[in-house]
Amino acid sequence: MIGGLFIYNHKGEVLISRVYRDDIGRNAVDAFRVNVIHARQQVRSPVTNIARTSFFHVKRSNIWLAAVTKQNVNAAMVFEFLYKMCDVMAAYFGKISEENIKNNFVLIYELLDEILDFGYPQNSETGALKTFITQQGIKSQHQTKEEQSQITSQVTGQIGWRREGIKYRRNELFLDVLESVNLLMSPQGQVLSAHVSGRVVMKSYLSGMPECKFGMNDKIVIEKQGKGTADETSKRRPSAPARSGKQSIAIDDCTFHQCVRLSKFDSERSISFIPPDGEFELMRYRTTKDIILPFRVIPLVREVGRTKLEVKVVIKSNFKPSLLAQKIEVRIPTPLNTSGVQVICMKGKAKYKASENAIVWKIKRMAGMKESQISAEIELLPTNDKKKWARPPISMNFEVPFAPSGLKVRYLKVFEPKLNYSDHDVIKWVRYIGRSGIYETRC
Amino acid sequence: MTDSKYFTTTKKGEIFELKAELNSDKKEKKKEAVKKVIASMTVGKDVSALFPDVVNCMQTDNLELKKLVYLYLMNYAKSQPDMAIMAVNTFVKDCEDPNPLIRALAVRTMGCIRVDKITEYLCEPLRKCLKDEDPYVRKTAAVCVAKLHDINAQLVEDQGFLDTLKDLISDSNPMVVANAVAALSEIAESHPSSNLLDLNPQSINKLLTALNECTEWGQIFILDCLANYTPKDDREAQSICERVTPRLSHANSAVVLSAVKVLMKFMEMLSKDLDYYGTLLKKLAPPLVTLLSAEPELQYVALRNINLIVQKRPEILKHEMKVFFVKYNDPIYVKLEKLDIMIRLASQANIAQVLAELKEYATEVDVDFVRKAVRAIGRCAIKVEQSAERCVSTLLDLIQTKVNYVVQEAIVVIKDIFRKYPNKYESVIATLCENLDSLDEPEARAAMIWIVGEYAERIDNADELLESFLEGFHDESTQVQLQLLTAIVKLFLKKPTETQELVQQVLSLATQDSDNPDLRDRGYIYWRLLSTDPVAAKEVVLAEKPLISEETDLIEPTLLDELICYIGTLASVYHKPPSAFVEGGRGVVHKSLPPRTASSESTESPETAPAGAPSSEQPDVIPTQGDLLGDLLNLDLGPPMGDEPEGIGGPNFVAPPAAAVPANLGASMGSGLSDLFDLTSGVGTLSGSYVAPKAVWLPAMKAKGLEISGTFTRQVGSISMDLQLTNKALQVMTDFAIQFNRNSFGLAPAAPLQVHAPLSPNQTVEISLPLNTVGSVMKMEPLNNLQVAVKNNIDVFYFSTLYPLHILFVEDGKMDRQMFLATWKDIPNENEAQFQIRDCPLNAEAVSSRLQSSNIFTVAKRNVEGQDMLYQSLKLTNGIWVLAELRIQPSNPSFTDLELSLKCRAPEVSQHVYQAYETILKN
Repeated sequence: MIGGLFIYNHKGEVLISRVYRDDIGRNAVDAFRVNVIHARQQVRSPVTNIARTSFFHVKRSNIWLAAVTKQNVNAAMVFEFLYKMCDVMAAYFGKISEENIKNNFVLIYELLDEILDFGYPQNSETGALKTFITQQGIKSQHQTKEEQSQITSQVTGQIGWRREGIKYRRNELFLDVLESVNLLMSPQGQVLSAHVSGRVVMKSYLSGMPECKFGMNDKIVIEKQGKGTADETSKRRPSAPARSGKQSIAIDDCTFHQCVRLSKFDSERSISFIPPDGEFELMRYRTTKDIILPFRVIPLVREVGRTKLEVKVVIKSNFKPSLLAQKIEVRIPTPLNTSGVQVICMKGKAKYKASENAIVWKIKRMAGMKESQISAEIELLPTNDKKKWARPPISMNFEVPFAPSGLKVRYLKVFEPKLNYSDHDVIKWVRYIGRSGIYETRC
Repeated sequence: MTDSKYFTTTKKGEIFELKAELNSDKKEKKKEAVKKVIASMTVGKDVSALFPDVVNCMQTDNLELKKLVYLYLMNYAKSQPDMAIMAVNTFVKDCEDPNPLIRALAVRTMGCIRVDKITEYLCEPLRKCLKDEDPYVRKTAAVCVAKLHDINAQLVEDQGFLDTLKDLISDSNPMVVANAVAALSEIAESHPSSNLLDLNPQSINKLLTALNECTEWGQIFILDCLANYTPKDDREAQSICERVTPRLSHANSAVVLSAVKVLMKFMEMLSKDLDYYGTLLKKLAPPLVTLLSAEPELQYVALRNINLIVQKRPEILKHEMKVFFVKYNDPIYVKLEKLDIMIRLASQANIAQVLAELKEYATEVDVDFVRKAVRAIGRCAIKVEQSAERCVSTLLDLIQTKVNYVVQEAIVVIKDIFRKYPNKYESVIATLCENLDSLDEPEARAAMIWIVGEYAERIDNADELLESFLEGFHDESTQVQLQLLTAIVKLFLKKPTETQELVQQVLSLATQDSDNPDLRDRGYIYWRLLSTDPVAAKEVVLAEKPLISEETDLIEPTLLDELICYIGTLASVYHKPPSAFVEGGRGVVHKSLPPRTASSESTESPETAPAGAPSSEQPDVIPTQGDLLGDLLNLDLGPPMGDEPEGIGGPNFVAPPAAAVPANLGASMGSGLSDLFDLTSGVGTLSGSYVAPKAVWLPAMKAKGLEISGTFTRQVGSISMDLQLTNKALQVMTDFAIQFNRNSFGLAPAAPLQVHAPLSPNQTVEISLPLNTVGSVMKMEPLNNLQVAVKNNIDVFYFSTLYPLHILFVEDGKMDRQMFLATWKDIPNENEAQFQIRDCPLNAEAVSSRLQSSNIFTVAKRNVEGQDMLYQSLKLTNGIWVLAELRIQPSNPSFTDLELSLKCRAPEVSQHVYQAYETILKN
């Protein structure tokens, strides 16, 4: 299991060092600094073995988190734990920075003592942790016996992510469907790979222990229902086509927050859960079929002699004209030996950024079914370098107010049998945001 | 709330100031001071001097302050064991506190304090906490048992904590179950023989129920534990799989990977005709692909695992090629792994896409990545015959880019393509020849020369090309020199008329001007061949070459099976078994996949192997074919380790050799072994100096003319086997290799046996073979017995020898006094062994210094009634400590016997340690 956990600043100074196992000594702290943080070359692997000791590291801004072990640990678990650790710290004091870590080092030690015991990760849900790790210096006599046992039963309980007795005057919930659409397109416009990775993020302000059921236009569910209620529908609309087709989407795979009952999803494909209080990620999913690609990029690069490049890029928006895409940015890479660039664009602003070796073209808003164009002349310095320019792909960023996968939330039902509010009393908000993930077109 | 100020105090006299503040009456000031102490501790300053003052702050009802003091205690208790005792009372009191959080905190912290005296006091509170009414306390106590076991395993067994821990598996609270499983799994790992995790259908059912209810981490512990279970038949395997598959949708990648491990392992038992088998295969692909959208570090772990899964069951991901396409912004470690998997998945169906991608990658920036991409194109050509032509043309395009390292890499792979498809693509040779000048890496130069030589008859100016290389012959690397020699000889055999001069030139360069014996010998051979019988030379040199195989870098199947059992863990990331990177006894148990057991004929299956990790070791690890080399690599004559001690080594090796040799090794080898046993009887007792003189281990008459003698040395931490090989036969010996059987201390060659030149008749070479102690472990009888197999071009020979134990004494074997005292008391008296070293007229200093040079360290010295008592410690490479008390009587010259008492937790080594003492002192 994890033998020790260290946090370093960018210089390699230790900010936090917590050792859990006897086989990890102080020299491990230095070994990582010397061999990884101070190593000259790029990080070649997130797992490093130095003198039979394995180091797992992740970086958040310029802070290094390293877990150390001498055993054959579950590597995936160690990384998941490090990410979790970052989440917990962020939930307590915001951004993970050297200043914040120094300011909260006592708290961090307290957390590390609680969520990692002898190197075994323990309950690390912030909801539960915040009930008893408060940095207020709880005095034991101030808590009643009931309060204490409530804390412990929550930390160890089946519903470790939610405490009992939550009350809101207004029961409200927000659902955000956040998708990032990824594309790799050949210069000829052929889709080499495309997928959407989406997340359903829920913010819940609900009283009591509400039982929730979430439904979306999942092809499997809808086809199943179609079969089950075939008689009814055929009576009402005898000629109605099956409700699959464009209405529903094929989800390649999905994963759920630990509050979702996985065995129920496996058997009935229904998503039911008791949500944590506040914000959490309900599910992640991935689709690869019938993706709506919001933009098409058409590049044209021509080499004019040895010292000039002509670049023309057309972007076309491909969605309903009534919708508006925002924060559009097209990044056209330029060769390292660029000496000057002249740009003309129809819309937005374009600039050559020498430090980033790219022309950055920004458009604030763009409606659907439109087209815009940029052309640039790039002057090159003659070089002896035989190596050809690698022509990195043209990448794009944007935000659109729909889900490129076609996912639709059908319902989110809330039942709380013990308290007197019903599904109808809950105010629900749903929002769809599609963003570019890695959206590249080769040129 | 700005605690960062605590990090900035660096002035002198700080300790005194802190001391004053710690003893302040004001609570706030105290707390501030403790925080400063912890901050100093974090940055590595020694604040142990404040121990009593900090411990004084422990009695407080402020939880935050209490936790800080505990943190301090965990760090420094070991260095101040006597003072740490002061804390015991508070701990014991806290364990009775009405607040469960405080009870748990106390028991959690106590377990982290590795001081024996404190450990004693821990037992009672721990026993209570294991049965506490509050689950939070129970789950903490469960882990505490594992902590205590790490400090004092015997105590845990004696106190019956293991049974209590087993009971916790049936606890009503899922988190308690999960922690109990984690603790038991860890303890079981260090006791491979004990049947601690008594997994049976009932307990498995309990675990599967808890699986649905506990935290994500708990699910990982349980799944990892389930993976060690061997279901009794395919029905049970299927029902477990059915209950594990929902975990594949968990958001935590580690849960997913551990579930994949269980499924991959149990699938082994399912028949491929089963519908369920197909369903399961389909269910595995999507979650594996989803792992690739995780953070890059996890992607890396996932990709390393997918690499294994693809080799084991290619059908799972065969349609998922696209997801492994490299993204421009992927970190380099993700890129390289993806590339590897792309090649494995390449098939006729997707080769066009793959090639287009690879061509793209070959223009990227990172040199390693580009090289690997070019090499990948070559591998595609070899793997998918239909694509070979396209691959070759892609490679030609890349050569046109003139990027130096791309060109060189391309030429290396084209050579392989030529070997796979002879006489098919020679048309490209002209293009290759154009790039001759730009090649500066030996591998590429050698490849090019090979091509020129191989196709000399079709290259008009082959002689000129080769001649150009010849100018700087002596500056070339050996690889290139050898290739050039062969190529020119080939050229000569093909075009004898024009190239006579050239061949003479190269032969004289190789035979007369070179110091390299390999090159010289090859030169002579060609020379003789050419001068005696050119026809024979043609037959030899221009013989048809065997085709190269398509998959050269597959993981060897038994290792692959073992690694599948370690999915998700470090072993799967390194692609090495845990024994290769884990120290000591942990993780040495080999795991293997369960055999298929059909239940179709009856519900009662013949497979009655008991559950648990050791039982999964199947005897089929030993290859059944008669291939000598295979047997040599798996010289696995003993029973699988982890059995009861009496089963180890003993009967199989001491018994008459005819019975000792498993049938599949064949009778001839059996008789060979029997001879060896006669031989070795005298070897081990040969006492030499610190380094014993070489003894004959393998006489020439037993080994077709090869005589081996040798000895063992230890110098500055490295062990080596000094060998002397003598060829007493009439023929030249080459291709030496050496292999050790599993042995008590895991001794294994750290490097291959390197005999640089062929060993000609009557020649002797001295070789020092470096050894390490990370090999497989099996207890031998006698303990220091080592069985060795040596192979050469003639045959394989076996012999066994005894190594002196002192080569295993490590440099950091000096225990500190306190530790020594505590350990001496701690080891039960029945483990003490008494010996006499006779006729050793040395005084205490001489004894001490002589022993020290062999890593036996004097911890303390005492004079009692005219006798010198030396207290000594030493540590073996596997971490076993041996403590010694040596009694010397310097006052009485007529009495020169030394008395030696040895104490060790593993008393079986004592006899050998005594022999080492005697050897060292008497030489």
